[in-house]
Amino acid sequence: MSDVSGPGEGASAGPDVAEEGDPLLRVEGLTKHFANDSGFLSWLNVERDADGVPVSVGREWVRAVEDVTFDIRRGETLGLVGESGCGKSTLARTVLRLVDPTEGDVYFEGDNLAALDGEALRRKRKDMQIIFQDPQSSLDPRMKVGPIVEEPMKAHGMLDDDGREERARELLERVGLDPQHYNRYPHAFSGGQRQRINLARALSVNPDFIVCDEPTSALDASIQAQVLNTMRRLQDEFGLTYLFISHDLSVIRHISDRVAVMYLGEIVELAGKEELYENPQHPYTKALLESIPVPDPRKSETRGVLEGDVPSPIEPPSGCRFRTRCPEFIAPEQYDLTPEEWANVRAFTRRVIRHGFEMTTRADLEAEFFTEARPGGAAGEALDRAFVLLERGEWDAAADHLRESFTEPSICAREQPAYEVDPEYGDDRHFCACHLQRDAEMTH
Amino acid sequence: MDPILEVRDLQTHFFTADGVVRAVDGVSFDVYEEEIVGIVGESGAGKSVAAKSIMRLVEDPGSIVGGEVRFKGETIVSFEEDENGERTESEEMLSNREMRERIRGREIAIIFQDPMESLNPVFTVGGQLREFIEINRDVGESRARETAVDMLREVGIPEPSERFGDYPHEFSGGMRQRVLIAMALACEPSLVIADEPTTALDVTVEGQILEQVADLQEKYGTSFIWVTHDMGVVAEICDRVNVMYLGQMAERADVDSLFHDTKHPYTDALLDSLPRPDQTVEELKPIVGVMPEAINPPPGCRFHTRCPDAREVCRRTNPEPRDVSGPDERTHRAACLKHEEVFKVDYSASAPIENETSAGFDVGRTSTDTGAVDADGGVHGSRGGADE
Ligand SMILES: Nc1ncnc2c1ncn2[C@@H]1O[C@H](COP(=O)(O)OP(=O)(O)OP(=O)(O)O)[C@@H](O)[C@H]1O
Ligand SMILES: Nc1ncnc2c1ncn2[C@@H]1O[C@H](COP(=O)(O)OP(=O)(O)O)[C@@H](O)[C@H]1O
Ligand code: SF4
Ligand code: SF4
Ligand SMILES: [Mg+2]
Ligand SMILES: [Mg+2]
Repeated sequence: MSDVSGPGEGASAGPDVAEEGDPLLRVEGLTKHFANDSGFLSWLNVERDADGVPVSVGREWVRAVEDVTFDIRRGETLGLVGESGCGKSTLARTVLRLVDPTEGDVYFEGDNLAALDGEALRRKRKDMQIIFQDPQSSLDPRMKVGPIVEEPMKAHGMLDDDGREERARELLERVGLDPQHYNRYPHAFSGGQRQRINLARALSVNPDFIVCDEPTSALDASIQAQVLNTMRRLQDEFGLTYLFISHDLSVIRHISDRVAVMYLGEIVELAGKEELYENPQHPYTKALLESIPVPDPRKSETRGVLEGDVPSPIEPPSGCRFRTRCPEFIAPEQYDLTPEEWANVRAFTRRVIRHGFEMTTRADLEAEFFTEARPGGAAGEALDRAFVLLERGEWDAAADHLRESFTEPSICAREQPAYEVDPEYGDDRHFCACHLQRDAEMTH
Repeated sequence: MDPILEVRDLQTHFFTADGVVRAVDGVSFDVYEEEIVGIVGESGAGKSVAAKSIMRLVEDPGSIVGGEVRFKGETIVSFEEDENGERTESEEMLSNREMRERIRGREIAIIFQDPMESLNPVFTVGGQLREFIEINRDVGESRARETAVDMLREVGIPEPSERFGDYPHEFSGGMRQRVLIAMALACEPSLVIADEPTTALDVTVEGQILEQVADLQEKYGTSFIWVTHDMGVVAEICDRVNVMYLGQMAERADVDSLFHDTKHPYTDALLDSLPRPDQTVEELKPIVGVMPEAINPPPGCRFHTRCPDAREVCRRTNPEPRDVSGPDERTHRAACLKHEEVFKVDYSASAPIENETSAGFDVGRTSTDTGAVDADGGVHGSRGGADE
């Protein structure tokens, strides 16, 4: 088994080494925008102009990943969690340069991937592997397991035929399969076993870093636990570093050392695992944590519910991208409102924007939204005006007026948040993109 | 109080080229008024087939081959045996036409995991909802339209009158699922069967929908059968729970005793294998092996190949779920021979058996890994293509 050894064995490359200043991977200001032309003329796609700025003549851009910065230490697992469509897979593919970034840099073992030419990049890729969610479609059904596992070695010119076969068989065993399975086809395996084949394949070229994009999301609970345990064991044995992507906060809590939370293309919070789960600071992280169903009926009383839907990444909200749904959206400074008054104004504004009620009479609406804590002063006048418009049936005008009065002047709509928080658990940095931290120190 | 739905010893099999798939193989449970009953189990356990059987929506090559389903005094499924033991559908069963016109949609509604299964992509969302209400509630077009808009608002669709004319593909997955919930509730049925309606959705959307369902359930007093593989969802919304394994019921109890006084080794193992959102679990304890295929289920207790408590007797006897609750406790059924006082078999005298759980630890492969290795040979070989 001597052949199948990772750099972690023997060498001192555990997570305890390289604590400070020696990340395996560093991602800086990474941005990926997709042109959103559907079909017609889409072959004309130029994703950047000469200055690297997206060309947007009559073209919409899907701002899938925006200005993402983080690093991953050797031997650690960074969890990346977020809802469907928030940009996790795009970020993963951009990090690995499977797609070209719109902006930003990725440093792997100190080298800027963007500066590497074709051949050098290809060699670097050997050290960075990826495993996808769907074990069904990621394995070629016409190839036997052995050749599937050997394929990356072949591509990188590793070993001779016999050497590759020997290594493939050993790897099958290391990931918990039977080396005899070498000659079988993928369809003869269960989902969990296919994911093990994927693992063996990724490990074959002895990588340092593996991006795992929802590797257990298609698996049943009991099988998922088997695969997660195997992945952990392999991490120790091969000295691997993982970027582990999932929408499942329970899985992320189990597997990660540090966790990054993504919303609409941006990282909104990043901290050590215990810190993130026990001392979350970003309202989105809090909402996510509150909305997971806990497998214990005695604890499930207080499931929080987040209002509204994720906005389109084509025209994301200004300032903080979470502001359209944030339960803690900050009042504009120009009004002097009590928290209760502001909560009522915020609820009313959002309901008008969503057309969430039928217009009855002003008295009814006042009673529904402002029985207690009706603001006076300038805020009160702005509300009066909105009611006048609503009474005339001018919904859109009322919505625009409320937006101008209460949404746009807020710091949440005007400035992009980026703050450091003092961690309560452990001493990993705690980044939080929320203006509620504005008394803390500014990052940028 | 009588249950509104009684399912007794239901059997639904698929007759395939490879053999008979015993997808649902003797399942019994009840649903009472205004309760949410969970059916939980891993994929392939037979949850969807059970749900479809209640509605008599099983497709070829499958058919219901035994058991009874009664709904509010009417017979949905029932069989008679002649003197040769030959089974035929009984006379009292509702006709297909009665099922279509009186039961489905009006009395019992079903929501599937994939909303596109129920929404027609070429018609507008509002139009489909309106038409459904028009037909099933015997109201005119404009009245139906008003009701449709109200229902859309009630299930949380923003700007419902503006979105009325949108096509299904213009709605997000969560919004489509809400439309189906609106449709299911539109005729104020007594029972809604929801087959993994939130499984494909994000947790935040799932949270919104579960809350909405809880509100609507309170308002209309509807009963629900909630099919899911997610123990978290079960804990959150169900009053009573049925745990299914390989076509049969393993355990049935009130939600609190299912989680806190678990009586079946499968349920126990399933709960132990879950990573938790609310605490850091250092070591996960997976269930070893994989669920065998329903085409050739193991003899005796179906869980014996993976059960840490399995004994010789478990190989021979297939226990049905029996009440194993203590005195003064509510009914708690478990299909496990460990409960000797109830099953009256000599479990403790029986020798422990070697199965996937007893395979030893070794360096390369942990016990969990070994399980997967051992299991697949027999299990997946049947699909052909394995060339050893
Ligand atoms: N090739 C592409 N062209 C245009 N838009 C794209 C492309 N690929 C992804 N997007 C968009 O970018 C955003 C992020 O997508 P991505 O697949 O990265 O999300 P994700 O977080 O991985 O979601 P999931 O959890 O569903 O896998 C989405 O709005 C998606 O529609
Ligand atoms: N149309 C079909 N033909 C053959 N077998 C089927 C068919 N539908 C379901 N089955 C089998 O029935 C069993 C139970 O399936 P299902 O009820 O869909 O499981 P669940 O909903 O619990 O995931 C599985 O073994 C499945 O393969
Ligand atoms: S910056 Fe404002 S809108 Fe964004 S999360 Fe913080 S409080 Fe909410
Ligand atoms: S009957 Fe035997 S094998 Fe089945 S669950 Fe009980 S102890 Fe396990
Ligand atoms: Mg993805
Ligand atoms: Mg199903």
